[in-house]
Amino acid sequence: MSDTSIDRVAKATPPSVAAKIRGLSDRAIAWIFVLPTIFLLLAVNIFPLIWTINLSFTNFRANRPNREVDYIGLRNYERILTDEDIWLTMQATAHFLFWTILLQVLIGFTLAWLINRKFKGNDLWTTLIVLPMMLSPAVVGNFWTFLYQPQIGLFNYGISFLTGIDPSSFQMIGDVKLAPWSIVIVDTWMWTPFVMLICLAGLRSIPDYIYEAAEIDRASQWRQFWTITIPMVLPFLMLAVLFRGIENFKMFDLVVQLTGGGPGSVTELTSINLKREAFEKWRTGYASAYAIILFVTVFGLASIYVKALNKVKER
Amino acid sequence: MKTAKLLAATAFVAASGLNVSQAQAEDLTLCWAAWDPANALVELSKEFEAQSGHTMKFEFVPWPNFADRMLNELNSGGKLCDLLIGDSQWIGGGAENGHYVKLNDFFDKEGISMDDFAPATVYAYSTWPKGTPNYYALPAMGDANGWFYRKDWFAKPEIQEAFKAEHGRDLTPPKTQMELLQVAKFFQGREIDGQKRYGAAIFTERGSEGITMGATSAMYPFGFKYEMTPGKYDMEGAVNSPDAVAGLEFYKELYKTSTPPGYTDSYMEQSLDAFKSGQVAMAMNWFAFFPGLYADPDTGGDKIGFFVNPGQLKEASTLGGQGISVVAYSDKQDAALEYIKWFAQPSVQKKWWDLGGYSCHVSVLNDPNFADSAPFAADFLLAMDGVMDFWQEPAYAELLLAMQKRLHDYVVADQGTAKEALDKLIEDWTETFEDEGKL
Repeated sequence: MSDTSIDRVAKATPPSVAAKIRGLSDRAIAWIFVLPTIFLLLAVNIFPLIWTINLSFTNFRANRPNREVDYIGLRNYERILTDEDIWLTMQATAHFLFWTILLQVLIGFTLAWLINRKFKGNDLWTTLIVLPMMLSPAVVGNFWTFLYQPQIGLFNYGISFLTGIDPSSFQMIGDVKLAPWSIVIVDTWMWTPFVMLICLAGLRSIPDYIYEAAEIDRASQWRQFWTITIPMVLPFLMLAVLFRGIENFKMFDLVVQLTGGGPGSVTELTSINLKREAFEKWRTGYASAYAIILFVTVFGLASIYVKALNKVKER
Repeated sequence: MKTAKLLAATAFVAASGLNVSQAQAEDLTLCWAAWDPANALVELSKEFEAQSGHTMKFEFVPWPNFADRMLNELNSGGKLCDLLIGDSQWIGGGAENGHYVKLNDFFDKEGISMDDFAPATVYAYSTWPKGTPNYYALPAMGDANGWFYRKDWFAKPEIQEAFKAEHGRDLTPPKTQMELLQVAKFFQGREIDGQKRYGAAIFTERGSEGITMGATSAMYPFGFKYEMTPGKYDMEGAVNSPDAVAGLEFYKELYKTSTPPGYTDSYMEQSLDAFKSGQVAMAMNWFAFFPGLYADPDTGGDKIGFFVNPGQLKEASTLGGQGISVVAYSDKQDAALEYIKWFAQPSVQKKWWDLGGYSCHVSVLNDPNFADSAPFAADFLLAMDGVMDFWQEPAYAELLLAMQKRLHDYVVADQGTAKEALDKLIEDWTETFEDEGKL
């Protein structure tokens, strides 16, 4: 019988090394495998986090390496939490999050429900619908600026066609009231297909026999929808909300390309604001405190949400 | 045998001597913004390559990303650039953070005198602290914000007639800011050659420096200044003076009444596009673009005219332009200094202007034929006589972003009053200067 490659390696291992390995406990071997990962986690995640917390109590500026760094206690935190402009940024982010998630869930679920019905061309429609999410957010932001252009933009002409108003009479990305909606519309256009796919997975995971049993019990379509479809798709929907919530909380590229945070600062989301503080103004200490506040907020909200999600799953 | 050894020794010494007088051939990288003058510099630098044996590489970054990219490069001690034509406002940070090589000894050694360059450009592009004889750059590209207009439209008899009927005077390039507004309003929405036209393309960009550069072009002539006493950071009464408020209100009116629809985030490129596509009668932009605009086959030549930024209470233009510096992190500083020595020569400066760059050398600017050498040359001289620049402090980026926000909030986003915007700007700047230990 010929040797396998493992046998060949075993034979080639010097006896002293082999003895040492034979002497290792299972626990020790487990540690050998786990240690590199732990080391990487510490180096890439934990150390930067601790370092960021440390910087958040200083007036450090990364672009001024020669300047003396002072510990200034909670001054950065105090400044951020009492800064009216930061709160406006938080409001802009909350508006963006709420409406994008709401619209994406409603439209995404509706599309999934429609796609789930077997009809001719089903696959083609699915492919067409998911196309936007395959594009780069920067590209999407860029071409929507043309669609929103008041003089030549298709979006304005579409609205004009439907309502009869002059296409150049309104500016989606230049008007303070419309600009927050302009980013909601584009994000919804781009990411609704993602929610739809998750919902579709949920819908397709419901066994047919449940509906058949409901039919035998003479449950109406409406009742089946509320008592079977929605509860069984809910964990999937909640997962989609979690993914979109986390993604949109850190939304950057699409909005920067589309509005640059303007007009004024009405679409300046926290991620854009944080980037300006950290890498344009170079207030590293201040930006670190800002990042910690955002981290705690997201972490706290996500933890509560995941608990709720687990409860729903257990039902 | 002795003679042979002597010859060999002589040859060695001679070769060594050559090495001293001319540094080893290097690949030099020059970093600048990607725009028309950069192309002229590539052409100009071929002469340097031929003379020195060095090879020139160029790293040109589009304006919207130029500051971000280059300041990151400097802050990280990057070796990408040996030479950098950096914005005038970077000089404070470049000097204090040790990014730029101080050039005083080199200038003394090579006999390069700052008296050979226009004083305004030396002050703005080379010195830190401001006005002191500490040089960190050689003035490379003079620039200011100016205006250009559709000369052919202005000359149309029906347009002249309509303007005279409306305003009781001939339609001419504006001499004051109020005239500028009047002319811009006149053209707004007017049909010319069967198409709807607009008054003016101005700067409203939010992300980098656009709206600040545009609005200060109106605010400086109205009397806006940064400090009551230069160097004291006493901004109250200067930044928010009634004249400064009037200047900002004026700019907002110009934006609201005279710009094309959707003109909410526009800078150099958008201004050029609006003009070249025949949307606007007038546009503001940097003089650096004027040679290209004049050469444009569709809207240049006889169809375009130029004028200096109109005055109001005083004559003033927003400063653009840059100096050329040697990056302190470069391993090829000797070769980079050679480039600067070559660039400072009057003959090279003359060629620089001929190719489309804006020389700051007095031998070029004081040439009796200079004013007639291009249709915008005389206006350039006028502009450079009254230039004003933004803060050039090491914390310039923070100061600039604060002004971008306050101006955009007021002008484009309609939030608050001009006085409130400028008051808040003082608060922002005060906080920055306190952090800097200057207040």
